[in-house]
Amino acid sequence: MTINEIQDELIEDFSFYQDWMEKYEFIIQLGKELPLIDESNKQDQYIIKGCQSKVWLFPEMKEDKLFFTADSDAVITKGLVSLMVKVLSGHTPKEIAAADLYFIDQIGLKEHLSPTRANGLLAMVKQMKLYALALSAKAS
Amino acid sequence: MDTLDIKAIREDFPILKREVNGKPLVYLDNGATTQKPKAVIDAIVNYYTDMNSNVHRGVHYLSQISTDAFEVTRRKVQEFIHAKHDYEVIITKGTTDSINLVATCYGQKYISEGDEVIISAMEHHSNIVPWQMICEVKGAILKVIPMTESGELDMEAYKSLLSSRTKIVAVNYVSNALGTINPVKEIIDLAHALDVPVLIDAAQAVQHLKIDVQELDVDFLAFSGHKMYGPTGVGVLYGKEEWLNNIPPYQGGGDMIKDVTFEKTTYNELPFKFEAGTPNIEAGITLNAAIDYINSLGIDNIKKYEDDLLNYATERLLEVDGLRIIGTAKEKSSVISFIVEGTHPYDIGVLLDKLGIAVRTGHHCAQPVMEQFQIPGTVRASLAVYNTKEEIDALVAGVKRAVMMLV
Repeated sequence: MTINEIQDELIEDFSFYQDWMEKYEFIIQLGKELPLIDESNKQDQYIIKGCQSKVWLFPEMKEDKLFFTADSDAVITKGLVSLMVKVLSGHTPKEIAAADLYFIDQIGLKEHLSPTRANGLLAMVKQMKLYALALSAKAS
Repeated sequence: MDTLDIKAIREDFPILKREVNGKPLVYLDNGATTQKPKAVIDAIVNYYTDMNSNVHRGVHYLSQISTDAFEVTRRKVQEFIHAKHDYEVIITKGTTDSINLVATCYGQKYISEGDEVIISAMEHHSNIVPWQMICEVKGAILKVIPMTESGELDMEAYKSLLSSRTKIVAVNYVSNALGTINPVKEIIDLAHALDVPVLIDAAQAVQHLKIDVQELDVDFLAFSGHKMYGPTGVGVLYGKEEWLNNIPPYQGGGDMIKDVTFEKTTYNELPFKFEAGTPNIEAGITLNAAIDYINSLGIDNIKKYEDDLLNYATERLLEVDGLRIIGTAKEKSSVISFIVEGTHPYDIGVLLDKLGIAVRTGHHCAQPVMEQFQIPGTVRASLAVYNTKEEIDALVAGVKRAVMMLV
């Protein structure tokens, strides 16, 4: 599936949930599907420091595709990380760098992307794209 | 003592009627900032509608009424904290600004290499960093009064830290992260026995309990308007006349001078010596309305009501399985910090927000406190006079629901 197909699928999944608490239950559930970062990679250089919850993000090229593993010490943050990894992981660096992440707004999570939010989601999206940019520059 | 009519008080705060995420707002982040009563909001509108003009400068009518109104606030603050003179009340931008002023100006004159500054383990960053900065410049040493597991200052340790090298003691009256009320009178008396001045950060105290600076015999006292039902961008530094005359001015500019030539400037007298530039006139003037509001309720009545509510909240929260209150001092005011086993404070904060409940999560600008308790942060509910038992019930139900989802 392309990045946009995955985004569209998530938008549809989220449309089943009207209530905020149900949405967050789903996000928490998604957190459990996150491909976890290997404990040995939980090093400072892979920490994305939000103000309150910690996120570890590890990039790895397999053939021409970039994969991410991650973790967080907060459950909701972990769910949000899982969403991003679901959408971006397993695509070429070029595709990741160019991705327009419209699904965040459409599933009502835009507030989490404001620069002042405490979960570091914005910092994470930036970091994923930075890894992708660096790797696609390297490839070309 | 009167019983407060909380229903009527809630009517005074328009924002309390609004909904958040489709639920009635339950505002329990008063330690960060309180909501404003209509009297303050009206005063702000009135200022811009009717009297906007710069203060302490113009001979024209509007400048005179603005200046008068600004000075009315100064006298109101003087009365409120029972200062001896109105010129001992410096109008600042807020608590942080007030503390920076003292750290910089007192430090410049009185702190030298090898001297010591004493703070406590439960300070807000704004009462840590300014002292670190001046210590770094001067080659002085920052000493920290430790605290116990319950979040009380170790007074024996404090006594042993005090010495002839101590140049100033700076501690908070009420801890923003734990709610502990510190024995400031004893802290001040012990320091004074060695002729050491004391700064009290009263940001979390002045809206909850009666403060009398003469009775405390405190040398400097700092607080903010926006945490006491007043506007943002204004605060107070109280200083004893003698200290304020002895320390050099903070910033240079208009209003703080007597005569300026390129060779030499002479400074204005108190309080203007410390009030360079155009102040936040609107906030300075309307802080008066906030103090009037507190006075109309009676600070002792506020304290009694909030203490009862704090006890109720403490009892009820402890019903939640795995909930641990951080900060269990005997003397507490209006703040409950807690964590729930197996959950991250951030997660609880996000879910409470979706239920319309505003709390603060994180380290509350007191990272050393979190470090001592070995936690990433807490969930903090902080109370004001308009909060109710029903809101505490909503908080407890919300926490229980969040924990069910998270654990």
